[in-house]
Amino acid sequence: MNDTHAPLLELRNLTTMFPTRRGEVRAVEAVNLTLRKGQILGLVGESGCGKSTVLLSILGLIAKPGRVDKGQVLLEGRDITHLSGGEMRRIRGREIAMIFQDPLSTLNPAFHVGEQIRESLRLHHMMLGPPWPLDRAKKAREKKRVIEVMQEVGIPAPEARYKAYPHQFSGGMQQRALIAIGLACQPKVLLADEPTTALDVTIQAQIVALMRRINQEHHTAIILVTHDLGLAAEFCDHIAVMYAGRIVEIGPTDQVIEEPRHPYTAGLLRCIPHVGERRAIEPIPGNVPDLADLPPGCAFSLRCDSARPVCNEGFFRLQPASADAVKRGEGGHWARCLRLTDYQMPALED
Amino acid sequence: MTTSTDIRTQPAWRYLLDIRLRLWRRNLADFWAELRKHPVALIAGVVILIYILAALFAPQITAHDPERGSLRQRLIPPAWEEGGSWTYPLGTDGQGRDIYTRILFGARVSLAVGLLSVGISVIIGLALGAAAGYYRGRLDSILSRFADLLMAFPFLIFAIGVMAFMGPGFTNLILALTFKGWVEFFRLARGEVMAEKTREYVEAARVSGQSHTRIMLSEITPNIMQSIFVLATLRMGFMIVTEASLSFLGLGIQPPTPAWGSMVADGRNTLLNAWWVSTIPGLAIVFLVLAINLFGEGLRDILDPRLKIE
Repeated sequence: MNDTHAPLLELRNLTTMFPTRRGEVRAVEAVNLTLRKGQILGLVGESGCGKSTVLLSILGLIAKPGRVDKGQVLLEGRDITHLSGGEMRRIRGREIAMIFQDPLSTLNPAFHVGEQIRESLRLHHMMLGPPWPLDRAKKAREKKRVIEVMQEVGIPAPEARYKAYPHQFSGGMQQRALIAIGLACQPKVLLADEPTTALDVTIQAQIVALMRRINQEHHTAIILVTHDLGLAAEFCDHIAVMYAGRIVEIGPTDQVIEEPRHPYTAGLLRCIPHVGERRAIEPIPGNVPDLADLPPGCAFSLRCDSARPVCNEGFFRLQPASADAVKRGEGGHWARCLRLTDYQMPALED
Repeated sequence: MTTSTDIRTQPAWRYLLDIRLRLWRRNLADFWAELRKHPVALIAGVVILIYILAALFAPQITAHDPERGSLRQRLIPPAWEEGGSWTYPLGTDGQGRDIYTRILFGARVSLAVGLLSVGISVIIGLALGAAAGYYRGRLDSILSRFADLLMAFPFLIFAIGVMAFMGPGFTNLILALTFKGWVEFFRLARGEVMAEKTREYVEAARVSGQSHTRIMLSEITPNIMQSIFVLATLRMGFMIVTEASLSFLGLGIQPPTPAWGSMVADGRNTLLNAWWVSTIPGLAIVFLVLAINLFGEGLRDILDPRLKIE
């Protein structure tokens, strides 16, 4: 991607806290991310590592008593972390849209699919003109736009399906409808929270192709949250791997996939099954650590096969993980591992 | 750049109007198709419709005065009994008034009381219940404890107490019935909203920039209206019976206005020699309430999504 673009969405040192009985838990800690126009960023990690919390923090929708504790979210250079409720609502859906994992439960069962897409146009007043009783043509214009969007996301016979209920759609169609709702207002950023997890493999591929097309045609920037490193590798320009609320490795996709520099990323890669290979999948031993009870130093040290005592001392910054990392800055390849300098990845057995 | 010039806030009444219009359009066609599969509910619906028409067109259907009789025509039996005549198809009461006419006019009272008391109860219960279930917190605690308190009173005793305190009359009757009637709807709405709130479409609505008020009114409420509607129908029968009970006790509608409950009371003393004076208004109550309950049951089968297999 062209690094000369000004950043569209920037997270600076974002930290999200949840108070619990055992003290405050940092579900997201000191996350820095930069998203440029037209860029696709993958946010990868196991369940509970804070991926979805990052998305909700961006939208200012952290459920109380949780809160964004530190840091900023910048949208086109404007700090949107401390906006009022009303100002934030104008950004949600209009500037930053989000799609979810389970499309059926995300669509409102009481309304026609077409009406739900139109709702987002109405909500953000995408069609100018006085309200409905005064301007009857406005509804027609909105409907026309809805049909357009439905067509764009590949819902066949949109006129006929305008008046279908969500449960009358197949899973893939539901996800398309959800994407249509997200796209109706032509947002600059699309946040996709595991959008393909609930779908069949063939449908997954179609949805991914659809998102790629949207990205190319409208230059919509996308943050894809997934636990599927394979999907991220195929779809994203950049990948950020999260572990226990922190980014442990970030960089251009090919570098992260081909030369993972953090043992966790390497472990995730070894968990991906390959068609036609009889290589045994090697799971990462253990589970995601309890966020209220993290080990000192590197959070991954408990599960890391090459951890040394020094891994539990002090605080680790992201380190340059490729020769040009420092030069490229946030577009470069970085990893949060103390042993980066001397750590060599064990070769994958092909 | 963020656009802020083309944003206007919408007044709440527009959400409400919206819900009504959308629900209306959605349900009518589906509903009719479903109703035809439930013959009992359909027949019950027809019976209710007959009652409603009778109440509306009472003055056109009968020539008699509902409030004034002729003392020479007292206690005439119904037409099919010996001594009856078709001038008074269902006989006359102790004051010589035509029972058929009084039944027709009495339907006005019963239906009006049923509709108004349930209607007001729904509005109060739904508004408070939705707010309590959505926002929870202290508001919910206070309202729920108050609802629990009201639930501790038996309905009829409570209504008798209120009527005794405020005095009889149509308005007071409606008030007495709604004072406690809203609690059922409050509890239902609160529970349903709490359940709906956990569903993902609510989060999706937040994400798309909707306000809490808008989500509550325009996203969640349409999803719980079906259960509210079913309960409203079932409660209407109950309200009509309660009104009749109060009128029977002399605390409800005051004579000479015809009300079925007070008509039953009128006939008590002549029950042995003129059974029809009490029995016929009693049957009018039974048939209407039975029809409403059967219709409500059918409605529940049709509308309750949990019973529906797609």
